[in-house]
Amino acid sequence: MNPKRKQRLIIVLFIVFGAAIAVGLVMYALNQNINLFYSPTDIVEGKAPEGTRIRAGGMVVEGSVNRDQQSLQVEFGMTDYANNVTVVYNGILPDLFREGQGIVAQGQMNSEGVFEAVEVLAKHDENYMPPEVADALERAGQMPEQIRAKEAGQQ
Amino acid sequence: MAEKKWMPRWFYQLASPRWCYQITGKLLPIFAVAALILLVGGTAWALIYAPADYQQGNSFRIIYIHVPSAILAQSCYMMMAVAGAIGLIWKMKVADMVAKACAPIGASIAILALATGAIWGKPTWGAWWVWDARLTSMLILLFLYLGVIALNSAIESEQTAAQATAVLALVGLVNIPIIKYSVDWWNTLHQPATFTLTERPAMAMEMWLPLLVMVIGFYCFFAVVMMLRLRNEIIQRERRSSWVRELISG
Repeated sequence: MNPKRKQRLIIVLFIVFGAAIAVGLVMYALNQNINLFYSPTDIVEGKAPEGTRIRAGGMVVEGSVNRDQQSLQVEFGMTDYANNVTVVYNGILPDLFREGQGIVAQGQMNSEGVFEAVEVLAKHDENYMPPEVADALERAGQMPEQIRAKEAGQQ
Repeated sequence: MAEKKWMPRWFYQLASPRWCYQITGKLLPIFAVAALILLVGGTAWALIYAPADYQQGNSFRIIYIHVPSAILAQSCYMMMAVAGAIGLIWKMKVADMVAKACAPIGASIAILALATGAIWGKPTWGAWWVWDARLTSMLILLFLYLGVIALNSAIESEQTAAQATAVLALVGLVNIPIIKYSVDWWNTLHQPATFTLTERPAMAMEMWLPLLVMVIGFYCFFAVVMMLRLRNEIIQRERRSSWVRELISG
C-alpha cells in the first residue's frame, strides 16, 4: 500500500476508534440514565431515587395479582427473584400482563414502600413457540420463565 | 516503480464503473428472481403456515417484517460506512457511488423497522414508543441516514460530498454495536435477540425457518434496489465517457 493510502487508512481508523472511545466514555458515565428501569433490588437497596417518578421492572409474582371488584384498581407483587416490591395500579393492563411475566411500571414509591404505578407496560421475552409446544413444556416444567426462576433460585 | 497489488483482482476491477455496470447487469435478474420467490414464498409461509405464538397469538407475525428490516437497516449502514472508507482511502469512485446509493434505501428500511416496531409495541407492551436504549439507538440510526442524505445533497462537488458523508458515516458506525448490544448492556423494554445464526434460536423451528427465508429475501431485495440505484448513478456520472455514449446511442 502506498504511503498516502496508508496515511488515509490511519485517519479512517482514527475516526472510527476515536468516535467509539468518545461514545463509550459518555455511555459509561451515563450508564444509570440509559437503563429504562430499576429492579426491585435497586429499589429495596435504595439505589432508586425516592420521591420522584421512576420506572421499575421485574416479574409479576405468581398468585399475587389482586383485582378490586369495584374499580380498575389492581395490586400485585413484582420480583427479580431476589427482592419483592408491591405495586398498585389503577388502569387498564396490557394484554400480555400475566403472572410470571415481565413488566415495566412507571410511578413513584409512597411512604409505605408501595410502588404507585401510573403506567404498566408488558415486557415479553425473546421466546416464541406454538401453543402446543408451550403446553408440552409447561407439563415438563421447562417453560422459559420457570427455567429462569429456577436459575435465579440457585444463585 | 509499479505498486504492489495487495488486494485481489476483483477489488481493482470494481473500481471500473464500466465493469461494475456490466457485472450488475448480469447479477440483477438473478437477485430479482430470488427476491421475488423468497419474499412471496416467505410471506405465505409466515402468514399461513407458521403457527401462532403461545402468548401473542397472531400479532407476533409482524416479526416477519420487523426483524428482517431491522437487521437489514444495520447491514446497509455498515455497507455504506465501509464503502465510504474505501472511497476515502483508495479514492475509488464506484465506492462513493455505492455509499450514496445505500443511504436512501437504508433510511426507508429503518423507517419500516421503527414503524412495524411501534405497531407491534402497542398491542404487546401497551405503548407505541418507549425511550429505551434499543428504540432510541435505532431512531439515531434513522437520523444518521437522514444526515448522510442531507449532507450529500448539500455539497455541490461530488468528490467533496462523498468525503464528507464518508466521515459522517464512519463516525456513526459506533451506533451499530450499540443497537446490537443495547438489550444486553442495559435494562430495556425491548426483548433480547430472537434471530441469531450463532446460537440455538429462541424460537420454534417452524417459526424460525420462514423468518430465515424472509431475512434472505430482504437481503436479495436490498441487492436489487441497491444495484438499480448504483447503475443509475454510474450512468449519470459517466455520461461523458465514450462507453456510456455508445450504450445510449446503442
